[in-house]
Amino acid sequence: MDGADPAALEDLICCPVCDALHVVDEIPDGIRLRCVRCRTVIAVGRPEAILRIVTLAATSLVLMTIVIFYPFLQLRNGVFTSRASVFETVMSFSEGIMAPLSIAVAFFVIILPVGRLAAILWALGPLAIERAPLPCAALMLRLSETVKPWAMAEIFMVGVAVALVKLADLATLSMGPAFWSFAAIVFITALQDTQMSKHSIWTALDTAAKNSPR
Amino acid sequence: MDGARHGSEKLAALTALDAGLVGCRHCTRVWPADTEVCPRCGGGLQSRDPTSLQRVWAWWLVGLLFYIPANLYPMLITRTVGLASDATIVGGVIELMHHGAYAVAGIVFFASVMIPVGKFIAIGYLAVMVRRSRGYRPRHMLHLFEIVEFIGRWSMIDVFVVAILVALVQFNLIATINPGIAAVCFALSVVFTMLSALSFDSRRIWDEIEIISDESAS
Repeated sequence: MDGADPAALEDLICCPVCDALHVVDEIPDGIRLRCVRCRTVIAVGRPEAILRIVTLAATSLVLMTIVIFYPFLQLRNGVFTSRASVFETVMSFSEGIMAPLSIAVAFFVIILPVGRLAAILWALGPLAIERAPLPCAALMLRLSETVKPWAMAEIFMVGVAVALVKLADLATLSMGPAFWSFAAIVFITALQDTQMSKHSIWTALDTAAKNSPR
Repeated sequence: MDGARHGSEKLAALTALDAGLVGCRHCTRVWPADTEVCPRCGGGLQSRDPTSLQRVWAWWLVGLLFYIPANLYPMLITRTVGLASDATIVGGVIELMHHGAYAVAGIVFFASVMIPVGKFIAIGYLAVMVRRSRGYRPRHMLHLFEIVEFIGRWSMIDVFVVAILVALVQFNLIATINPGIAAVCFALSVVFTMLSALSFDSRRIWDEIEIISDESAS
C-alpha cells in the first residue's frame, strides 16, 4: 500500500454515481447502505454474500451449457417441424450483409453472459472455499462489472415471449428443455446481482490477498 | 418515503473532489487526487472526465443517424407461399395489435419506439444541462440518468425477436422469414446510444444538481 495516508483512506467509500464520500467501518448484517445524496446502494452487510454469489454463478454456468446446445423452441405446422437452439438463433443472421449482426447477437446472448460468469468464478471462487485468490482476480472482477450492461440474456427471454405471440396462429409452438433452463438463468442472475455490492466484494478480495502468503 | 428525503437540503454532500481525493468508480476505494491507476483494482482514475461530453454527443449523433433507416426500412421480410411482405418496426406493432395481442404490442412499442426516442431526448437534455444549467430544477433530473442507463438495453428486444423468428420459421415452401436491413440499423442504433449513456460522467450531473440546489436555497 502506498499513498499519502492509506490508513485513513481505507475507511472511506466514494459513491460511484455521484462521488459523495462516506465513512464506513462495520456494516451490520442485512443492512443496505445507501449513498446520502443519490440513494445508490453502495454497500450491503452480508457476510456470506461471496459464497452465495459463487454458488449462483456456478449454477448459471452449468445451465448455460444446456441452453446453448439443446433446442429451446419447437415449431410445428402440419407435417413440417422446425427446431431452434440458441446457437441456431445466433447464427440466423450469418448470411451476407447480416453477418456482423450475428456476431453481435452471439456476444450479447452467449459469449458475454458466459464470460461474465466465468470471470466472477475466477475472481471469487477461491475466496468462497477460503483459498488465496488466483492471479488477475482483480482484473477479472473489474471486467465482469464492465461487461454487465452488455450481457443481455434476460432481454432475449422477453424476445422469445414476443416471438411466441407473433407465431401463435402460424404454427403450434412448444418449449424445449433449454427454454426452461434459460428462464432459470435469468432468475438466478437477477438474484445474484442483488448480492453484489462493490465495496463488500472488493474488501473481501483485499483481505484474502493480504492474508495469503505470496 | 425515500422521495420525501430528497428535499433540497440533502443534495449537498462532501465529494471526493472537494476533499482533494479521487474515488475509483470500479471498486469505490478512495485515493489521493494525483493517483492515476487504482492500486486495488487496476482501473483508471479520473476525478471528472473532461472528454466525456464530446464522446456522449458523438455516439448520440451516430445513434440517431442509424435510428432513421431503422424505421424506414423493413425489419422482417416474410414469404408465405411465394408472396413476400415487409414489416417495419411500427408495422410489426400494428400487426400484433391486429392479432389482438395488445400487451405484447405494448411491450414492443415501448421497447423499440418509446425507449429509443425517450433516450435520445434524455441524454441530449442532460448533456445540455451539464454545460449550462440556469433555470432547471434539480428534482427533474435526480434519477433521469440512472433510468436511461438501466432501460436502454431493453431496446434490443426487437432485434432478438427477429433473430428468433428467422431461425425458427424456415419451412422452405410454406413460409420463410428473412431479416431486413433495418434490423442491423436498429441494433447499431441501440449499441451507439448505450455507448453514449456509458460515456456520460454521472458525477458531473450531481455536481450540477448541487450547484442548482445551493442557488435556489440562497
